[in-house]
Amino acid sequence: MSQRPPVTDWATDFDHLDPRWVEDPYPIWDELRATCPIAHTERYKGVYFPTRYEDVRAVAYDTEHFSSRRIIVRENQPPRIPAPPITSDPPGHRSDKNLLLPAFTPDAIKRHEPRARAICADLIERFADKSGCDAAVDYAQEIPVRLIAHMLGLPEEEGDRFRKWIHELLVAGITEPAVMMRAIEETSAYFAAEIEKRKTAPGDDLISYLAAARIDGQPLAAEHILGSLRLVLVAGIDTTWSAIGSCIWHLARHPEDRRRLVAEPELIPTAVEEFLRAYAPVTMAREVVKETTINGCPFKHKHMVLLSFPAANRDPAMFPDADRVIIDRTENRHAAFGLGIHRCIGSNLARMEITVALQEWLKRIPEFRLAPDAEVTWSEGTVRGPRKLPLVFG
Amino acid sequence: MLRVKVDRERCQGHARCHAIAPELFALDALGNAQEIGDGSVPAGLEDKAWLAKANCPELAIEVTEGEVR
Repeated sequence: MSQRPPVTDWATDFDHLDPRWVEDPYPIWDELRATCPIAHTERYKGVYFPTRYEDVRAVAYDTEHFSSRRIIVRENQPPRIPAPPITSDPPGHRSDKNLLLPAFTPDAIKRHEPRARAICADLIERFADKSGCDAAVDYAQEIPVRLIAHMLGLPEEEGDRFRKWIHELLVAGITEPAVMMRAIEETSAYFAAEIEKRKTAPGDDLISYLAAARIDGQPLAAEHILGSLRLVLVAGIDTTWSAIGSCIWHLARHPEDRRRLVAEPELIPTAVEEFLRAYAPVTMAREVVKETTINGCPFKHKHMVLLSFPAANRDPAMFPDADRVIIDRTENRHAAFGLGIHRCIGSNLARMEITVALQEWLKRIPEFRLAPDAEVTWSEGTVRGPRKLPLVFG
Repeated sequence: MLRVKVDRERCQGHARCHAIAPELFALDALGNAQEIGDGSVPAGLEDKAWLAKANCPELAIEVTEGEVR
């Protein structure tokens, strides 16, 4: 990674890869929200950072001025690689999204719940009798990668390969375009071979579904299928892995919440919503394609916007006691899965996975805490979650 | 009697209303919500109706006081 000068002023010179931001961004965002609610930096060729819920919503809803054709803030602007529908704008967005939606409704996702439960239970068996584990490495990161492989009809053991690609696309690729382009080529070749296999032997999986899909009677262009498959792979794995890790991190540090969920498992879905609010993993981005003004702040053409749903979720104007995790919070209009037309397609899948992951974990490991001197590390970039989370049981 | 109504233009398929009050909200084939029947809220489900509204991230749910029959 290239050397960046340290941040001197978050309001005018922020850097979302700064180690302080990566470690604990919430105090930085709280201060910005109170003093300069739409921050800007000249880094990364110019980026805005709204911290208020209202402003994040305004940007998310305004597809005329804010395009999704670039959704990651990078140091250089590599060629645009479409990943429909996340990179689609109106009017094409709707058909791109509607194509995938039926596979991700709550009912469609329910079919995968038994597999998710079995994956979680199997993983837990590997470490439940030990004195502890790394909950990020041994548990959280393994769940979505296996379930997405299952849904795509790919071997569940391919996890390492998938995680390497995700890291190259989302993290290393922020500063090293060549690494990103190589990952694009590798994923394209990998999926192209899988599509080819399914032409003669289609299965009940997402790759077969997309390979056979039509929009307005026309089969999809190869680039469209590859882009959507890359999206399912990238968007479905480290996001949910991060969310599961953050839930366990919270419960390791808050025995009162942990004991309550063990005693009242029916509260888990409500608690999951609160964890999603407080530790929302995903920050998206938009490109300003037409100059405009939001809450008095001009947005200049060609600059990017970091669209921080995690910051919006901590806005006290929207959420009373926004900085407190209240696991039985009943009114929770959080934006963890985005707002507006780009609502995360996988939200029902993610909710199911997180809920099942916590249910299975708490059933088997009701007592746990951070290992003494544990060094918890956090991911950097677009998705926030623990990458090392050493725990002791009992 | 209360009535619920989903603004189909605003709904983005977060499906929170259906999770909270499946008696009042159904999902279509794309996962987007609509009120069941004419949206009348049977006695005893009023709290769920308000809760569904309070949890919709897109502000797509309206709860109104209907005619008392």
